[in-house]
Amino acid sequence: METQAFLVQQIVNALFLGSIYALIALGYTMVYGIIQLINFAHGEMFTAGSFIGLIVLGALQRMGFVESHFVLSMFVVFAMAMAYVAFLGVAIEHVAYKPLRRASRLSALLSALGMSIFLSNGMMLSQGVSDRAYPPVLGTGGIHVLGARITYGQIFIVAFAVALMVGLNLFVKKTKLGKAMRATAQNRRMAGLLGINIDKTIRTTFVIGPALGAAAGVMVGMYYGSVRFDMGFIPGIKAFAAAVLGGIGNITGAMVGGMLIGMVEVLWAAFLPSEWKDVTAFIVLILVLYFRPTGILGERVIEERV
Amino acid sequence: MVRREIQRFCIYTLFLTILVLPMVGMRGPEFEARRAFTVLSVLVGVLLLTTVFRLLRETSFYRNLGQRIRQRRDRALGKIQVLPRPVALGSLFFLLALFPFAANNYVIDVAITVLIYVTLGLGLNVVVGLAGLLDLGYIAFYAVGAYTYSLLNLHYGIPFWFALPFGVVIGSLCGCIIGYPTLKMRGDYLAIVTLGFGEIIRLVLNNWDNLTKGPNGLLGMDKPKLILPSFSDGGLSWTVVPLKSLPSLYFVILAVALLTVIAVHRLNNSRIGRAWIAIREDETAAELTGIPTTLLKLLAYALGAVFAAVAGAFFAAKLSYTNPNFFVFLESCVVLSIVVLGGMGSIPGIILGALALIAIPELFRELASYRMLAFGGAMTVMMVLKPEGFIPATRRKRELHEEELESEEAADE
Repeated sequence: METQAFLVQQIVNALFLGSIYALIALGYTMVYGIIQLINFAHGEMFTAGSFIGLIVLGALQRMGFVESHFVLSMFVVFAMAMAYVAFLGVAIEHVAYKPLRRASRLSALLSALGMSIFLSNGMMLSQGVSDRAYPPVLGTGGIHVLGARITYGQIFIVAFAVALMVGLNLFVKKTKLGKAMRATAQNRRMAGLLGINIDKTIRTTFVIGPALGAAAGVMVGMYYGSVRFDMGFIPGIKAFAAAVLGGIGNITGAMVGGMLIGMVEVLWAAFLPSEWKDVTAFIVLILVLYFRPTGILGERVIEERV
Repeated sequence: MVRREIQRFCIYTLFLTILVLPMVGMRGPEFEARRAFTVLSVLVGVLLLTTVFRLLRETSFYRNLGQRIRQRRDRALGKIQVLPRPVALGSLFFLLALFPFAANNYVIDVAITVLIYVTLGLGLNVVVGLAGLLDLGYIAFYAVGAYTYSLLNLHYGIPFWFALPFGVVIGSLCGCIIGYPTLKMRGDYLAIVTLGFGEIIRLVLNNWDNLTKGPNGLLGMDKPKLILPSFSDGGLSWTVVPLKSLPSLYFVILAVALLTVIAVHRLNNSRIGRAWIAIREDETAAELTGIPTTLLKLLAYALGAVFAAVAGAFFAAKLSYTNPNFFVFLESCVVLSIVVLGGMGSIPGIILGALALIAIPELFRELASYRMLAFGGAMTVMMVLKPEGFIPATRRKRELHEEELESEEAADE
């Protein structure tokens, strides 16, 4: 009974962590799919989202809004954070990536690194070096399943993450803009010739990817109760590992990869020394790249890109 | 034209206003908007300047000005090149050797740091600039060098110079270990895997408490020693002089840096160097012309690691202290930006890059917290404006313009 409860608990944790990684990984994979760039600043967007969530949530709580209209205020918090970070993403794309679209890949990569350093230091300067506490809004209530305790917060976060991913899938598969995105990812020049506005499509990618990252940031902030200016770095790399694991450029792949990385990490922390858990993502990444460089679902990746 | 610029200015201002919103702090019940306002006004000022600049660029006055500046510069450069090369290099060396006698300890300390980074930059240049293997975890080898010396010295009392060969061997072994699984990968994937390796090494140093004392770091290593002849009491005798003062340490690292410069210069023009460049340009073609690509790529990693290990051993000896937090990802970024900002593959460029990235921030010590912010921003701006670096290697400069054409072609496929 004990072990069963323990296992269920770990699976719940893995689902939670996996959906966070999946959300971040989507941003990486979409940007990479469309302009073949590792967006190093993506981890910082996650952090920025978390901070905006903190600010909006703090303001709402001060006004006593959270107690009276809980669902609405949650909606406002997520919407504001996602909207702001989408703005940030578009701004960064315009300043740092757009002029380099024709330049060598290394230049674009370094430009992204520069942006990452710039953003994380900007956040350090404006929000301080220490941990900032998140108001405890998710509560401690929960349900018991097979002896394991699942908080409402966990259920809410996983459900919301899944909803976002389903929404994204529908967007990419069904809408015209989504179709334009897929076409641009496949062949930018050809898509342009067929009358697709490339700039607009790329901008859309930089709206969606960072917005999903921001949602993940708010979730992490709410769940763990604190944010820090450099908290985006490690999840960013792990999420990138997840994107590669699933096959970079592949949206379903990013979700699968994120879940797998979350699972591996939680299981590692449960059974093996937990101070080494940050190493797991890297080891998984290296093994995947060594044995199957195209990832689990990525048949599309051609030799050049590997 | 003017209308479009003004429109652009308005849109950007709106964007910036939204972007600085989160900097509005809350003190008690009131909003505290002064800081956000300051930042916004600075940003809008910069924006206004660029708008004016863009408008001016269209006028004939500016075009003439640009031409005149370019003529002046070419003439000045011509004058410098008139000096015969041995004379120029000799006087430069003379200046470097006399430098510690004219400077105070703080300046010498900065100079030592710059020279360490010159060594690191040149080492990374072998991997990135010559062989074209993007390495984002380079600082790991620096850590390996530092820890190898520290452990050997603390546990076995091995002096600096005898520990160096061990550091070199272990460093190059680590280079091969990291290099081997990444041989199949190219470009971006390589970048992320090397980043991962760098982090793994840092985490190992951080978590292996028994060996490395974890985050507390290792303390109390000996400084490098020299054995000098002395003629004090009658005959010739040998005395061991520990190099404790900063000027003497400066000479050690100057020697290391000069050796690195010579080594990289020789490598650049050697058969191996040309083979690396061939691999960088087109690996498949290089392999087909009979270049042993696997071996040479491993060699690039190993040699790059050697320079970093030497620099790391010196760093640990100089401070008598190491800890894993010296070797974070950001340091790898700094070294990589030295290589890229200076001009990939160009030795003077890398030296200039190290000076610019290490010495100039020291001048603004009071603004320490803004240093990394400016650093990140400068990196992006530099890539957007001048991706070939301050002093591009001649070969590289030509290639960059070809690459633009190629990437257009690649987009066609």
